Amino acid sequence: MFAQASWDSIGRRPVRFLSSPAPWRALSYLGASWVVGAVVVVTVTSVVAVGVATWETSVGPAFTASLGLVALACMAIAAAPFERWRLRLIGAPLAAPERSGGVRARLREPAGRREFGYALVSLLALWWVDLGIASVALVIPGLLISAPLQPTAPLWMAVVLPLVGVVLLPVALFLIAAWAGVRATMTRAVLSPREAELIEVVRSRARLVDAFETERRRIERDLHDGAQQRLVALSMKLGLASLDLPPGSPAARQVREAHEMARAALSDLRELIRGVHPHVLTERGLPAAVRDIAGRSPIPVDVDVELAGRLPTAVEVTAYFVVCEALTNVAKHSGAQRCAVRGRVADGLLALEVRDGGAGGADPEAGTGLTGLVDRLAVLDGRMLLSSPIGGPTLLRVEIPCPASE
Amino acid sequence: MSGLRVVLAEDAVLLREGLVGLLERFGHEVAAAVGDGPSLIAATREHRPDVVIADVRMPPDFTDEGLRAARELQAALPSLAVLVLSQYVEQTFAEELFDARGASGMGYLLKERIGDVEEFADALTRVAGGGTVVDPEVVRQLLARRRDPLRRLTPREREVLAHMAEGRSNAAIARALVVTEAAVAKHIASILTKLDLPPAPDDHRRVLAVLAYLRG
Repeated sequence: MFAQASWDSIGRRPVRFLSSPAPWRALSYLGASWVVGAVVVVTVTSVVAVGVATWETSVGPAFTASLGLVALACMAIAAAPFERWRLRLIGAPLAAPERSGGVRARLREPAGRREFGYALVSLLALWWVDLGIASVALVIPGLLISAPLQPTAPLWMAVVLPLVGVVLLPVALFLIAAWAGVRATMTRAVLSPREAELIEVVRSRARLVDAFETERRRIERDLHDGAQQRLVALSMKLGLASLDLPPGSPAARQVREAHEMARAALSDLRELIRGVHPHVLTERGLPAAVRDIAGRSPIPVDVDVELAGRLPTAVEVTAYFVVCEALTNVAKHSGAQRCAVRGRVADGLLALEVRDGGAGGADPEAGTGLTGLVDRLAVLDGRMLLSSPIGGPTLLRVEIPCPASE
Repeated sequence: MSGLRVVLAEDAVLLREGLVGLLERFGHEVAAAVGDGPSLIAATREHRPDVVIADVRMPPDFTDEGLRAARELQAALPSLAVLVLSQYVEQTFAEELFDARGASGMGYLLKERIGDVEEFADALTRVAGGGTVVDPEVVRQLLARRRDPLRRLTPREREVLAHMAEGRSNAAIARALVVTEAAVAKHIASILTKLDLPPAPDDHRRVLAVLAYLRG
């Protein structure tokens, strides 16, 4: 991952870059290496001084060596938080990892060992490089600009060299910002938690989706067993009442209207329930559910979904919503006359394809629908591939790992 | 046909009581009203009704107990008529239902259709008389699925076909669409020609042919 702020600013037009705070932030970021350098130099000097003073005594060398190691360890422990802190100077903050236990525990984790190693490199080498690049980049234009101050400089040099220096100054700032960008990128790459360390987060997201799905089912059942039954009973009562009323009477008309309303409410409710959770999916599995959606689609859909058995529930639900969304998009946007859904499981991977011969130009960035699908798929480690050139045809392919069927 | 003996299986008490009232209002006798699949089978074996009305989804699993009980009963008692009520449209249910048996004395209706009390009573009578009743919503979806050959039909012909699939006679269709019986006969002849179905005089076989064709 790049330290975006610094890199992006370099990509801007030079004038905008130079008038922005970016060069100064980069300079302050590299300049912070003075602190590291000062600490290192003072510590090394002190240790050497102690060493020289005590070398002749019996415990001297051992004492100096342990003092040196302790000092190095202290600096290494402090260096990583410092590196993390100074990323803010360049506008690329990195959250500190959650500490679990003390230094020993940290060193047992890969992230902790990485952090320690990077701290050592930073103490031994990187601060030199930072200061070296910043100094060289600034000192050369500085010297050129100060040429007229040299008593021995001939007139032409006193005129030309400062001009060259002024031209080189922005170049120096670019160089500084570029190195600061590289340096920050490196720091982030080493100090960010790795993907494997993020698994727990993904798992909790999956649990959240599961909980959401369970809740949807509960709502669906409640609507079926509660509201829908009551409305059917109401509708039946109204129907019976209208039988006993004299036809054409005002009361009969009112009851008939009420009956119509109850009927419309039932029909709305039925659609609502289907949207909350597709019953056919739970009971008959993905192929039947896909046929069911295809049957409702305003344009003809050729369904070819063949699976050996039931898939894990999460996979079925996600695949179902993918097909729903895809067919809705085809009907709404593509202008296609026909489309096809194909689904197969091979090598533990469910591959679903929705293909249409419409106008193409589907853009995942444009709407929330496709983005939502990508998010849902991410929970299951699935991925979405889309080919939709302007003028068509469009092919949406979704792959979801499904290790073992339930 | 009136005065049918009915066994009713519906787990929602409110609806069960309502249905009992409705059936009695139309002069039928409710021999038993139960709330789950096993009781339905027991009650049917005991009372030998003319027709069974069963909710698809019942305890203990709330999946398709009613449907399974109905199939078991039909296997044991071939003359038994069954009207299945469902909360949602399910094509695969409909297909299995009508595949399981030559679709005689069999009905599949959305629960909300009960509200149209007269139509519901009418459907029950037709099922008891060996007829076939399919919910208009199911028919609509089956039509939507097999739209290619049906595209040639005019909207009016499609309406007539839907009514045919519900097992209505020409006279009933004429009444429903407010046209003459002759016009209905003409539409049906045209539909059968367009769908390459040989015309048959028997209404019931006509429905079967249409359904078989729609099922593909």
